[in-house]
Amino acid sequence: MAFVPPKETYSGKVYAVNIGTAPCEVTFGGENVLPFHAFEGTTPNRPLIAYEVQDIPPTDWPESVQKPYRDVSNDPVSWAKFCQDTLKAKAIALRLIGTHPDRENRSPEDAVKTVKDVLSAINVPLIILGSNHAEKDASILVAVADAAKDKNCIIGKAQEANYKTIAAAAMANNLKMIALSELDINLSKQLNILITQMGFDKERLITDPMCSALGYGLEYTYSVMERIRLAALAQNDATMQPPMLGDVGMYVWKIKETQASEEDVPQWGSVEERGITWEAVTATALLIAGTELLIMRHPKAVEAVEKVIEELI
Amino acid sequence: MALTGVDIFKLLPKTNCKKCGFPTCLAFAMKLAQRQASLDLCPDVSEEAKQKLGEASAPPVMPITLGAGDKAVKTGEETVIFRHDKRFVNPCAFALEMKDTLSEAEINKKIEDVLNSEIDRVGQKLRINAIALVNDSNDAGKFEVVAKIIATKASAVPVILCTSNPQAAEASVKLFADKKPIIYGANPENAEAMANIAKTYKATLGISAKGLDELSDLTEKIKALGVADMVIDSGARKAKEILEHNTLIRRAAIKKNFKPVGYPVITFAQREDSLLDALVATIGVAKYSSIIVLSSIEKWKNVALFTLRQNIYTDPQVPMQVEQKIYKIGEPAPDSPLLITTNFSLTYFIVSGEVENSRMPSYLAVMDCEGLSVLTAWAAGKFTAAKIAQFIKESGVENNIKHRELIIPGYVAILSGAIEDKLEGWKITVGPREANGIPAFLKSKLAAKT
Ligand code: B12
Ligand code: SF4
Repeated sequence: MAFVPPKETYSGKVYAVNIGTAPCEVTFGGENVLPFHAFEGTTPNRPLIAYEVQDIPPTDWPESVQKPYRDVSNDPVSWAKFCQDTLKAKAIALRLIGTHPDRENRSPEDAVKTVKDVLSAINVPLIILGSNHAEKDASILVAVADAAKDKNCIIGKAQEANYKTIAAAAMANNLKMIALSELDINLSKQLNILITQMGFDKERLITDPMCSALGYGLEYTYSVMERIRLAALAQNDATMQPPMLGDVGMYVWKIKETQASEEDVPQWGSVEERGITWEAVTATALLIAGTELLIMRHPKAVEAVEKVIEELI
Repeated sequence: MALTGVDIFKLLPKTNCKKCGFPTCLAFAMKLAQRQASLDLCPDVSEEAKQKLGEASAPPVMPITLGAGDKAVKTGEETVIFRHDKRFVNPCAFALEMKDTLSEAEINKKIEDVLNSEIDRVGQKLRINAIALVNDSNDAGKFEVVAKIIATKASAVPVILCTSNPQAAEASVKLFADKKPIIYGANPENAEAMANIAKTYKATLGISAKGLDELSDLTEKIKALGVADMVIDSGARKAKEILEHNTLIRRAAIKKNFKPVGYPVITFAQREDSLLDALVATIGVAKYSSIIVLSSIEKWKNVALFTLRQNIYTDPQVPMQVEQKIYKIGEPAPDSPLLITTNFSLTYFIVSGEVENSRMPSYLAVMDCEGLSVLTAWAAGKFTAAKIAQFIKESGVENNIKHRELIIPGYVAILSGAIEDKLEGWKITVGPREANGIPAFLKSKLAAKT
């Protein structure tokens, strides 16, 4: 019996977002079908993976993911250069975690210096992240937005509590921006609406519906992402059409499965391979759910996810 | 095509006799259309109607059980495309590929690995479910020899016999009589012979097609030959094709009720690079594979894939929960510590596991928060000072312990003052934020006491 492929076409489309400056600019998003469904529509751009780099040494990262950066991670510039030159990163995500009041409580001036130094050392696009402390991020991100003017960076994350200040700074400096809400499609839609009501162009937004690690709420992120994507495509809901971020590394490398030694938990096998697999599996599941931009930590996990993307497109 | 309630109604006796438990034939028909009732509830339905309705009301993806006994796995029976619509029904099975060209030592090692693959996670026992023996040698004799080793050493493990050679299939399937093996390898050339073997030995037949058209032809042909139980492979091997074919198959089965592809899908994810093989399997778990064949099963890979399968197949509406009560860990005495947490099963199993790791007998008070994690429950107003105080008082734990100290999760340190206000005579101690800090925390508390 002939098989009639039940293809779906949609009225909506995900915005294509372009970041960085020539000749290293990158575009992601832009598809008018579910992830990797090239058989029924167009998927013009490959998902982008950014390597995470921090402004302070990653002493709280598990040993297996500190190791690849041992020689470079005490300085954000050499760390970023290492990712670009040696690991061939297509983008860098600089997390200013040292600005968090509970960490080193670094000042906006410190942050500006770090951002300027990193920007002048690399050619690939830069994503600039605060420490997720809503109040502190407002002052930090405003300062660094100015330092990144016209560099076509992404800054974030704007949340319900601080989006006004951050969005205004991103607009003034021609930057793209991440909007973070807490694992709820309605909250995410509402935040995107509030931001665009300020006059922020929705085609410059990236939605972060909040990540979670495999085994620690992944199914929630997965389903929220699928629902956001369906709203964008099937209902042609423009507020849900920005590409989505999966901030994977940060959630994965804090759970027990990426740290417990094989000695302590023999039935889980090698801790190093387990951690890498955990990050790669989380990232792959989220790609299938709809994320177009990933932030990851372990070079081997990135390499594996790039391979599976290659097979998927 | 799926029948509507009205289509079904036309085929019912229309006497409204209520024997089915519904007030009218029409009400019953509506339930049938939504697959919420089964036709055998009506004793008076005609044979003709039974046949027509039977086909239409059969689940869009046929249930297939692989293996027999304790380790049997049921697959298929899926009813939706997206997991947020309704819980995915039968978690996919993982199978380890075993080539018949391997040495005996390698075969034994792989069998051991499968037998020892069981891991406990959040109260569920998870394992590699099956062995897929592959006739790489093209030699029927060799295939049978390895099949014998498996039948002896892993007699309870379900098997998938992968060969397109009917002689090899017949010789080895005999070794698994009454164990519901799958013979994988029916293609246009060998379809009749394979169908006969499957029928004779009551095995499930795996269809090995090149493309979705050929697949649909083959399942129809084999069904006409009298084999009902099938699992299907469209020939997709690249991740892109797996995603495409699995999606089209699931849509055709569920939205179009297209029977020729209404069977569980078997996916061959083997890659040289074990991590890549895990990622291809990840796509299969998320997108509609019912059986996934892996090239290797290292422990680090198993735990990740088992966890993913569990995540994807949980009920999107109801978090997994445990019972509200005071759990004893080890054999606690009246002076043993008392800790509190919520009844989200993941939270409970992580915390109780860490308390066990500390080797300090303890009481763990698990409070009903509708299956939410500590922070979520707190944010949702279900893990509040007043509710905690009430729970502790009503739990009766005061009769078991002689101290009055309650250890709360570090993430809700903010509650400590309010709980002390509401629980008179109690001291609230803030524990570490992450559960993996519990062993060191409990030990240092003990050390401070002595
Ligand atoms: C999945 C999730 C959900 C799921 C619920 C899943 C569930 N069954 O609980 C859903 C989508 C329903 C949800 C909803 C909400 N969520 Co929510 N959610 C999460 C998420 C991503 C993971 C939670 C989880 O499963 N954690 C894993 C479990 C094991 O963690 P845990 O219970 O806390 O246990 C750990 C520790 O607390 C400790 N521990 C536990 N017990 C004990 C006991 C002792 C004695 C000790 C010492 C230690 C200890 O050990 C465990 C492991 O280390 C977190 C963010 C994150 N990544 O953490 C947000 C998070 C918890 N959610 C949050 C919020 C705000 C909400 C909502 C109110 C808002 C919304 N978006 O709608 C709703 C409320 C729910 C409602 N009204 O019904 C916030 C809470 C913020 C805050 N600090 O108050 C968080 C932290 C996200 C954030 N960063 O903002 N959420
Ligand atoms: S038992 Fe059959 S005939 Fe009687 S009401 Fe139900 S459907 Fe109608």
